[in-house]
Amino acid sequence: MTGPATIFDRPNRYIGQPTPRADAARLLAGRGRFVDDIQLPRMVHAAFHRSPHAHARIVSVDVTAARAASGVLGVWTGAEMAALVTPYVGVLTHMAGLRSAPQHPLAVDVARWQGEPLVMIVARSRAEAEDAAELVEVDYEELPPACDATTALAKDAAVIHADFGSNLAWERKVDVGDIDAAFAQPGVQIVEREFRFGRHTGVTLESRGTVCEFDPSEGCLTMHYSGQAPHMMQVILSRLMSLPEENVRVISNDVGGSFGIKIHTYGDELAAAVAARALGRPVKFVADRMESFLTDIHARDHVVKARMGVTASGTIVGIDMHDLTGIGPFSMYPRTSAIECNQVLNLTGAPYTMQHYRAHGQVVFQNKNLMCQYRAVGHPIAMAVADGLLEDAARVIGMDPVELRRRNLMADDSYPRSSTAGMKLDDLSHQAALKKLCEIMDYDGLRAEQARLREQGIFRGIGFVSMVEVTNPSPMFYGIGGAPIASQDGATVRLDAGGALHVSSSITEQGQGTNGILAQIAAGVFGVDIDRVKVTTGDTGTVPYGGGTWASRGAGIGGEAMLLAAQALKEQVLDVAAVMLQSEPGLLDIRGGAVVDAATGAERMGLADLARTVYYRGNELPSDLKPELIATRHYRVTDFPFVFTNGAMAAHVEVDPETGFVKVLHFWAVEDCGRVINPMLVDEQVRGGVVQGIGGALYEECLYSDDGQLLNATMADYMVPMAAEMPEITVAHIETPTKTSFLGAKGAGEAGTGGAPAAILNAVNDALQPMGATIWQMPMTPERILKVLGKV
Amino acid sequence: MKTSVSLKINGKSYQDDVEPRTLLSDFIRHHAGLKGTHVGCEHGVCGACTVMIDGKTARSCLAFAVQCQDHDITTVESLGTQEELSPLQQGFWEKHGLQCGYCTSGMLMLATELLEHNPTPTRDEIREAISGNLCRCTGYQTIIDSIARAVEIKAGTALEAAE
Repeated sequence: MTGPATIFDRPNRYIGQPTPRADAARLLAGRGRFVDDIQLPRMVHAAFHRSPHAHARIVSVDVTAARAASGVLGVWTGAEMAALVTPYVGVLTHMAGLRSAPQHPLAVDVARWQGEPLVMIVARSRAEAEDAAELVEVDYEELPPACDATTALAKDAAVIHADFGSNLAWERKVDVGDIDAAFAQPGVQIVEREFRFGRHTGVTLESRGTVCEFDPSEGCLTMHYSGQAPHMMQVILSRLMSLPEENVRVISNDVGGSFGIKIHTYGDELAAAVAARALGRPVKFVADRMESFLTDIHARDHVVKARMGVTASGTIVGIDMHDLTGIGPFSMYPRTSAIECNQVLNLTGAPYTMQHYRAHGQVVFQNKNLMCQYRAVGHPIAMAVADGLLEDAARVIGMDPVELRRRNLMADDSYPRSSTAGMKLDDLSHQAALKKLCEIMDYDGLRAEQARLREQGIFRGIGFVSMVEVTNPSPMFYGIGGAPIASQDGATVRLDAGGALHVSSSITEQGQGTNGILAQIAAGVFGVDIDRVKVTTGDTGTVPYGGGTWASRGAGIGGEAMLLAAQALKEQVLDVAAVMLQSEPGLLDIRGGAVVDAATGAERMGLADLARTVYYRGNELPSDLKPELIATRHYRVTDFPFVFTNGAMAAHVEVDPETGFVKVLHFWAVEDCGRVINPMLVDEQVRGGVVQGIGGALYEECLYSDDGQLLNATMADYMVPMAAEMPEITVAHIETPTKTSFLGAKGAGEAGTGGAPAAILNAVNDALQPMGATIWQMPMTPERILKVLGKV
Repeated sequence: MKTSVSLKINGKSYQDDVEPRTLLSDFIRHHAGLKGTHVGCEHGVCGACTVMIDGKTARSCLAFAVQCQDHDITTVESLGTQEELSPLQQGFWEKHGLQCGYCTSGMLMLATELLEHNPTPTRDEIREAISGNLCRCTGYQTIIDSIARAVEIKAGTALEAAE
C-alpha cells in the first residue's frame, strides 16, 4: 500500500525531479540571513592581535594602551582566556598513537603559527577594536621554526612540542599481500613517482563568523554560527566553557559556503563566546579575509613517493607508497588532522583489483596554520597517486589508459566485496561509469582530433580518473574515537492545522539544497504539494539531534530520516482518517494534500479538515483515538563504516608549451551517487566540486616563506578558479541505489573535488607526452610546467 | 570625528553620521540596513559587494561612503518587487544559478549591467562579463545558464506585451 517500495513513482512525486529550491528566492532578493547580517541590541565587536611569527616565545604582553583606547570594553590575553576555557586536544582513540598538545583559544606562552590569536579586544565597533589591537605590545623571542614537512622529522629540526621529542603526530602502516615479491616477479614493470600536493584552503566567500549572546538570568549561551555542525558546536562550547549542554544553543542560518572549513574549533570563535558571557552583551566576530587565509584550516600539503607494478598484459599487481603530510602545530579539535592521511591510505587504489598494497603514512607537526578536513578529505591525493601511476604505467606498457582501467577495475557484479586496503564496498559501478564516460565524451573522436592537432603543434591532452568517494559515514568515522559528533540524523514532520507540513531536521544548509531536498522527500512521501512544506534546519533549540552536513552525508542520512518520518506521519494520518471516514487505512492514500480512496483516487477528505478536527474539535473523535500528527525518525548507517560511491571523470586540456598555461577545454563526470533526489542540485554539487578540484590542480596554493610567513594571504594573490578559466562541465549518472536505506541515496558533494585533480594531472601529462616531459606537482602552475619542459 | 553622510540608495535617501573611513559597503549594510550587499574580501577582488554607482557597477568595499554623497547607488534590493522576482532573479532561480547565495547579489548586479548594454549576449560574452566575480560554489556554468534564461524570459515578456 504505502510502503517505501512504491514511494518513488506515486503521485506528488518529487524525488528525482529538478525542483528549484524554495529558499533560493529569498537569497536572490537579497534577503539572506548571514552571520554578519545580525545586529542585536548592545552588540559589540571583537578583533584580535595575532602572532606575526611562525614560532616565538611570548616574553611579555602589554595591553595597557589597548584597554585605555576609545570604545574598548574588554581585553583578554592568552593567560586570561586560558583561565576561562578548558584546554582541548585534537586526538581520537581509534587513531592509535595520534598525539597533539593541549590548545587554548589564545596562545599563552608560545605562538606556533603566523596568525595564531594572542589577544582579544572587544569594542563598540569593529574599527575601534582593530585600532586597539594595534596598540597591543608583545615582546616576542623568535624560535627556530619547523615549517617544511619534509624536514620536520630530521634530527636537527626544531621540535614544536618539546615533550613529544619529535614532530611526529601520527603514523600508520598498511601491508596487504607481499608487495616486494610481487614487484620482483618476472615481467612486472615498475613506475615510480614523487607527487607533491600544495597546501590550499577553502576560501568560503562568507568568512567564518559568529555572534554570541549570553543570558545570565538562565545562564544560557546562544551562538549564531556560520557553520555546518550546530550540535557538535553545542557540545564543544558546553565542555570547554563548563556550561550545561542544554544551556547552549547554536544557530546556523544562511551559511556562505563551508566546504569543510566550518566544522572545526577555532580559538577566535570560542573567545567571542567567552567575551559574550563576561560582558553580558552580544559579541560579533567576523574574520576579515587575511584572518581567513591565516586561520581557516588549510588542506592537503602532502609529499607522496609511490610505485606501481604492472604486467605487460595490463594487470596492476600493486601499489607501494609513502605519504608525508604536514598539519601545522596542532591536530585540529575535535576531528583531528590525521583523518586525511588515514583516508589516503584507505582509498589509494580502491577501485582496482590489485592484490598487493603497502602504504606508510606519516603526519607531522610544523609551524604553519593548521591543516584539517576540507572537501574530499584525502581523496584527491589517493586518486591522483593511483590514477597518475596508472596512466604512467599505461604509457610504459603502451596500452590505452582506458583499456588498462577496464582490465583492472572491479567488475560491477562483484559486490559486496572489500578493497585491497580492506574497505567494505557495495553497489558500485566502475565499469558502467567508465563506459558511459567514454560515450558522452566521444573518446575516440577526441583521440583522433588530438593526433591531428599535434601535427599542427597544438598539444592537447585527455586524462581520466576512476574514483571512489566516502559518503554517509557511520559511527566508525568519529563517534567510535570519542568525538562528540553525531553519526545519526533526525527529522520531524508535523501536520499543521492548515493541512501543510512543517519539517525540521538536524542536517544543515550551506547552499547544497538541503532544505529543498527535505521538502521534496517530505512532500513526495507524505503526499502534499511541495509548496505546502516548510523546513527548519540549523538550530539546536528546535531541530532533532544529529550530525549536520559534512562528509557527503546530508542527503543520504538526513534524507533517509526524513523519508522515514514522512512515512510514519502518513500512517498516523491514515489511521485517523480511517476512523473518521469509517474505512480502513489500507484503502486510503494521501495525494495532493487530501486523503483519497487508494483505488480510485477520489477525494475523501482534505488534510486541513482532518487536522482541524483533530486540533480544534477533538470532541468529534472517539475518546480512545489519540492522534499525534507529528512523527520523528532517526537514521544512521549500520552495516558499513561508510557508503562508498564511485565515479569516472575525464578532462580535456590544452597546454601552451611557450607560456606553460593550461586551458581546461571540457570536463566530464559520470557519478554514481545512488538514487538522485534532485538532478539539478546533484549535478551542481558535482560541478562545484570539480571546479574546486581544478583549483587545487592548477591554481590554488598557500605559499609560505622558509620562516613560515604566508606570502599570498589576499584574494589578489591567492588564485581561485574564475569564470573565464572554467570549462563547461558535463555531468551524467549511473544510479545504483545503496541497499543500506530505503531512499538509496549516497553522497555527491565531494566527488568532483576528489576526482578532478587526478583527471587534470593525467590530461596535462598526456599533453606533455610528445615533448618528453611529465609533471607530478600540484598546482601545475605555468612556471612548474615550463620547468619540466626545461624552459626555465 | 564623525561626518554627516546622506546617500541615495535605490531612490531613497539614507542619512547617518559616520566616520570618514566608513566604507560604502558598510554604510549600505550597517547604516542603511540593506543586507543584500555582501562583503567577501574587503579589498576589491571577489566582487561580492558589487553595486551600481550612477548606473555603473562598482565594488562598494573600495569606496568610502562620504565619496558617494550625491551619487545614485543601486543595490540588489532594487531588483524585482516584494511580490515578484525580476527576470534575472527568476532566471537564477529556475537554473539554480546559486548555491550559498553569498556571491549572488554581485553577480546579479553585473548581469543587470550586461543586459542593459547587451540585451542578447552570447554565452562567451556572459562568461566574460562575470569573470571578475568569485563564486566558490557553483562552477559558474549555471550562472551563465541563468543569465541566458533571463534573456529568454525578457524576450517572452516583450513578446507578450507586443501581442
